[in-house]
Amino acid sequence: MPTIMTVDDTASMRQMISFTLGSAGYEVIEAADGAEALKLAQDRKVDLVIADVNMPNMDGITLVKSLRAMEQYKFTPILMLTTESQAGKRDQGRSAGATGWIVKPFNPEQLVDVVRKVLG
Amino acid sequence: MAIDLRRFHATFFEESLEGVAAMEAELLDIERVLQRSGGVQEADAERLNRIFRAAHSIKGGAGTFGFTDVAHFAHALESLLDDIRSGRRALDLEVVGLLMRAVDCLRAIVLAARGGEAPPAEAEALRVALERAQTAGRPASSAPEPVASTGSGWEIEFHPHERFFHTGNDPLRLLRTLAELGQLVVRADVSRLPAWDSFDPELCYLGWSLTLQKPVARSALDEVFAWVVGDCELQLRPIAAAAAPSDPGPKTEERGATSIRVATAKVDALVDIVGELVITQTMLSQLVEDFTPDRLARLRAGVAQLERHTRDLQDAVLGIRMLPIGFVFSRFPRLARDVSAMLGKQVELVISGERTELDKAIIERITDPLTHLVRNSIDHGIETPEERRRAGKPAYGSIRLDAYHKAGNVVIEVSDDGRGLDRERILAKARALGLVAPEAELEPAQIDELIFMPGFSTAESVNDLSGRGVGLDVVRSNIRALGGGVEVSSVPGQGTRFIIRLPLTLAIVDGMSLQVGNEIYILPLAWIAETLRVQPERVSQPAGGPEIISVRGEYLPLLRLDRLFNLPGRARELDQGIVVIIEADGRRAGLFVDELLGQQQVVLKSLEPHCARLEGISAATILGDGTVALILDAGSLVRQAYSAASLAAPAALGAAQAAAVSTTVH
Repeated sequence: MPTIMTVDDTASMRQMISFTLGSAGYEVIEAADGAEALKLAQDRKVDLVIADVNMPNMDGITLVKSLRAMEQYKFTPILMLTTESQAGKRDQGRSAGATGWIVKPFNPEQLVDVVRKVLG
Repeated sequence: MAIDLRRFHATFFEESLEGVAAMEAELLDIERVLQRSGGVQEADAERLNRIFRAAHSIKGGAGTFGFTDVAHFAHALESLLDDIRSGRRALDLEVVGLLMRAVDCLRAIVLAARGGEAPPAEAEALRVALERAQTAGRPASSAPEPVASTGSGWEIEFHPHERFFHTGNDPLRLLRTLAELGQLVVRADVSRLPAWDSFDPELCYLGWSLTLQKPVARSALDEVFAWVVGDCELQLRPIAAAAAPSDPGPKTEERGATSIRVATAKVDALVDIVGELVITQTMLSQLVEDFTPDRLARLRAGVAQLERHTRDLQDAVLGIRMLPIGFVFSRFPRLARDVSAMLGKQVELVISGERTELDKAIIERITDPLTHLVRNSIDHGIETPEERRRAGKPAYGSIRLDAYHKAGNVVIEVSDDGRGLDRERILAKARALGLVAPEAELEPAQIDELIFMPGFSTAESVNDLSGRGVGLDVVRSNIRALGGGVEVSSVPGQGTRFIIRLPLTLAIVDGMSLQVGNEIYILPLAWIAETLRVQPERVSQPAGGPEIISVRGEYLPLLRLDRLFNLPGRARELDQGIVVIIEADGRRAGLFVDELLGQQQVVLKSLEPHCARLEGISAATILGDGTVALILDAGSLVRQAYSAASLAAPAALGAAQAAAVSTTVH
C-alpha cells in the first residue's frame, strides 16, 4: 500500500487528512513541519507528500526544494495545501518542483479523489 | 465514502483558541515595542509570520470543517496581516489596536461556533473595518466561469516540457483523468524523440493530440491541466458545449466535547509501562500455576515488580492530565495591559516557570484566583508613574508571575514591586470591623494575614476592578478548595508577594490513616506538622472553652475527633491516644485520635453528588480491604478549632495565634 506523508502544523488538518486517507486504505505518516517531514522522508520512502505552505521551522516551499534535491524524491508527487488567495504561493510551489496543489477548504471526498488520481 | 468531520471539531476548536491566544501574545509584544519606540517601526518579521500563520490555519481549518463565519472573518484578518507582512500596509499602533479587537472578536466567533451559536453582532462591522484597512484591495475571486455551450467536445494539443517529470507529474495520469470525463481519442506525437544515444530517460519527449468526445465545461479541462499549465504547451479548442457541475460542500456543526492534548512521548511511555505490566502479569500467572512454597521468594519479587509498575502506570496516567501552567499565564499579559491602561499605570508583566505542570482540573480552577491577584497587584500594589518616580523607582511597575515545584507541591508566586501593604490602614480597618480586639498587639505578619479575612477590603473607593465584592477571602477559599493554600508577605515601599501552594493533582493524595473508635479516617500528609503524645498536665481548659495544649511553648487549640464526630473513642486520657498537629493557612491546631495506623496513598472519591458539603470532611476513599474511609479537611478543622477557641476565650486565642504565626516559617 502506498505511504503518504501529511505535513501540517495544524493538528486538526493533519488528523483529518490522516484519518481520511487511512480510511481509504493508505498508510499515512504525519509531520508537524517541513523539518520534521524531511527527517521522516530520509528514513523511509514516501510515495506522496501533502504539505501545507505556511509552517514554522521549515515552510512548504523549502520542503519541496529540499525533497527535489534528494535522489529518491526527484519524481515523487508532492501536493501543496493552499487557499484560494494564495496564487503567488502556488506559483512559487510549482517553480520549486511541487506536482500540484489542493485548495483549502476541501472535503474528504475531494482529497481521496485527488490522491487516487495522483497515485494512479 | 463517508467521513464524519465532526470527530475533528474538538481539536480544531482547541487549536484555534490556542492560535488566537498566540496571536494576542505576539500583538501585545509588538504593541509594547511600538509604544517604547514611540510610533511606527519595522515589526519583527518572524512575529508577524507567526500571527499570520495562526490566522491562516484557523481559516483553513474553519473552511474545511464547515465553519463559514469563522473562515470568513479569519480571511479578512489574514488578508490585512498579509498586507502588513509584505509591507503594503504600515504597522502602527492604530492597526495593532484594530488587530487586537479583531483577535478578540475572532475568539468570540470561534466560541460561538463551538456552541453552535450565531457569531457576535459586532463581527460583521469589524470584518468590514479589516477590509478597509487594507490599502490594496484584493481582487475579488476570479470572474464566474463562462459556461461553454458549443458543439460536442474538445480538441486538445498537449506537449509537456522536457522536465515535466521533475515536478512529480505524469502525462499518463492526465490522459487517464481526461478519459474519465468521456470518450478520448489519443494520438501520440513522437517527433521530438531524440536519437537513442542522446536519449535521457528522465526527460519527457512525447506530446499528444487528443480529442475528447464529450461536451464538458471548459472549467473541467482547466482543472485537469491546472497543475501543469506552466510545464507544457497546451491548446484547447471546443468542438462542442456543456454545463458546469456544482458541488455543495457538507455542513455539520456540533457542540465540542472537552478534550485534552497529550504529548506523544507521554503516550509512548504509557504503552511501555503497560507492556511491562503485561510481562509481569504473565510471569505471575505462570508462577502461581503450579506453586510450591520454595517459590515464595520469586512470588514476592514478582509482586514487588507489579507494585512498581502499577505505581509507574499511575504516575504516567496522572501525567496525561498534566498541563503546563503557561496555559493560564498566557492570558495575563493582555489582562495586565487592559487593567493598567484603565488605571493609568505602567506595568510590565514578567512570567517565568510557565512549563511547570499541573493537573488540568487545577489549572482550570486556579485561573480566577490568579486573575484576582494580578488585578489586585495592579490596582493596589503598583503606584502611579509619578508616585513611583517620587519614590525613586522606575515608572514601569513590574509584576512577576512565577511557578515552580517545591516538596511535591506546585508553588505559584504573584509579586509586585509596588508600595507594599499599608499595615496601619489594615489594622485600623480590622479594628473598625471588630476583627481585632482594640488593645491587641499584632505582629506584622499577623496584620498582613488580615487581608484574607471575610469582608475585608481597604479600597477607599469602589472601582470596577477590584471592588466587585469579591475579596481575597474568596481567593483563599477557592485555593483551599483545591487542597492548597495562599500566604502573603510584604515589605513597605518594596512590594508584595502572594505565594500559592497547590497539590500536583486532585485525584490521589498521600495520607495518614487515623483510628478513632471503630472508624478510620485519612488525613492528607501535607497538612501534618508533627504527631506526639501529650501529657495531660500540658492541657488547660479556660472557662468552659475548648482545650488548649502547650507544645514547646506554643499554645494550640485541641480538637478531639471522637467528640467532634460523636464517636465512642477509646482513648479517654490524652496520654492514651495521639495528638496530630495539623497546619493550615499558617495556623496550627491539635487533633486528638486513638491511634496512627500508617501512611498510604489513597484515591479520592468525591462525596459531592451524594452528600452536601460536610464540615471537616473533604472526600472519601476506599481502603485496600474494601471499607470506606472519610478524608479529613485540615483547613476546615483548623478553622473550627480556632472559631471555638475565639468564642470561648479571645485572650487565649491571641496567645495561640501569636505563637502560631511566629513558628510557621517554612
